[in-house]
Amino acid sequence: MKRAAGDWLAATGHYLWSGWGSLASLGIFLAIWELTAQQLGPLILPTPIEALGTLHGLFASGAAGPEIAVTARRALAGFALSVGVGSLLGLAAGVSLTASMMARPIITVLVGMPPIAWLILALLWFGAGDGTPVFTVFIACFPIIFVGAMQGTRTLDGQLKEVARMFGLSTWMKLTDVYLPHVVSYLFPAWISALGMSWKIVVMAELLSTEDGIGAALAVSRSHLDTAASMAWIVALVGTLLAIEYLLLEPLKRRVESWREFASSSN
Amino acid sequence: MLEDIELNVGEGEAVALVGPSGCGKTTLLNLAAGLLTPWEGTIASSFARPAMMFQQPRLLPWKRTLANIGLGLKARGVGRAERDRQAAGLATRMGLTADDLAKYPGALSGGMQSRAALARAFAVAPDLLLLDEAFSALDIGLKSELYALLAGERAAHGSAVLMITHDLMEAVRLADRILVMSGSPGRIVAEHRVDTPVAARDEAWVFARTAEFIRWPEIRAAFALPPLEGA
Repeated sequence: MKRAAGDWLAATGHYLWSGWGSLASLGIFLAIWELTAQQLGPLILPTPIEALGTLHGLFASGAAGPEIAVTARRALAGFALSVGVGSLLGLAAGVSLTASMMARPIITVLVGMPPIAWLILALLWFGAGDGTPVFTVFIACFPIIFVGAMQGTRTLDGQLKEVARMFGLSTWMKLTDVYLPHVVSYLFPAWISALGMSWKIVVMAELLSTEDGIGAALAVSRSHLDTAASMAWIVALVGTLLAIEYLLLEPLKRRVESWREFASSSN
Repeated sequence: MLEDIELNVGEGEAVALVGPSGCGKTTLLNLAAGLLTPWEGTIASSFARPAMMFQQPRLLPWKRTLANIGLGLKARGVGRAERDRQAAGLATRMGLTADDLAKYPGALSGGMQSRAALARAFAVAPDLLLLDEAFSALDIGLKSELYALLAGERAAHGSAVLMITHDLMEAVRLADRILVMSGSPGRIVAEHRVDTPVAARDEAWVFARTAEFIRWPEIRAAFALPPLEGA
């Protein structure tokens, strides 16, 4: 008990200390931004203070909130769709060797197809509205998640499968006690990279196809040559992504994969 | 790979298959376990609860040790409280502490992992225990301790044992019947019955019998040892 508490303290201390490292590198980044901005002048690159000031103004005027909400809704809808469909189909493809061999060329095509090409097709199919960004996000994230789920299922240790058969595990138990815990360690990184991808794609799609959202706001600020507002929107975008990743996905990952940390920290 | 094999394991009997690496011992054991299906021939088993211990512990890394030991019980539909109680009782007899049971297998030493794997096999009260070189990677102190635990559980449940090993001394110590296999194609070349009860086999007896055993022409041929002079 005492030992477990000690382990927990050590792990938390370690995490906080690594937080200091991240803060320091963020500080260096801001310093370089500030220096470059001072050299180039506000028309080319506003300083961090100016960008944050503009962002604050956007929030204060009530302009930022709804746009961020719209963008987040589209990105998350496309992301959720690809998580659902990609994970399920990837798992199914991983179980069967034939299916994974058949899936490989299709996935290569999907990965190789540039998102901007999908965007053009989506514009033709869905027009201006939520359909276009959501579809583009979905189709760009789908192969990443599909491959993650398929690799996870394919790489499952054959020795553990033998254990499962030897001890007469039911299909349900094989799934929940053997397959899923292993697959999750492949799925999570795939989900996280797909989430980052969804945030980039949604803005691109909005820039070209919609009247609202961060992407559309960026298009407006560009046409007004308003660099400060552009930077403010970019900061808002990156900030939202970081918040989702570190406040939602990272804690979830640490919880689901606690066995991995305990195993490595005590050996 | 295997040819003309006829192998019977009776109720409560301990049979050891010895032979050189690559002679098909593991294939034969996997056939018996139902992990492989034979191309030709038949396998009939009236054992209701077989269990197997592998050369590596093969614990599920994402389950705590207690849940790993109770895996077979869970598969049999035993409720959580009951299987935790049984698993904990068995684990204590195997020399695992409550602290070990709360850990993930990755945090246990190799010896503790082997104890947990043995406990997992015993947890289902097997009527047939298959051992795939289960003790070959362990140090001699731990080996003899696990031998004693195995003997104790066998005496308690009357489980039959089919073990494969390349350690003759282990076979002499544990088995009622020793079958010698030779390779390509794998076949059984000799059979030897050990009548002394397992409890009566002390160190000196095991050494003497192993020394005698290793002089057999069939054994020397199977392991490709040079023939003894004057034999």
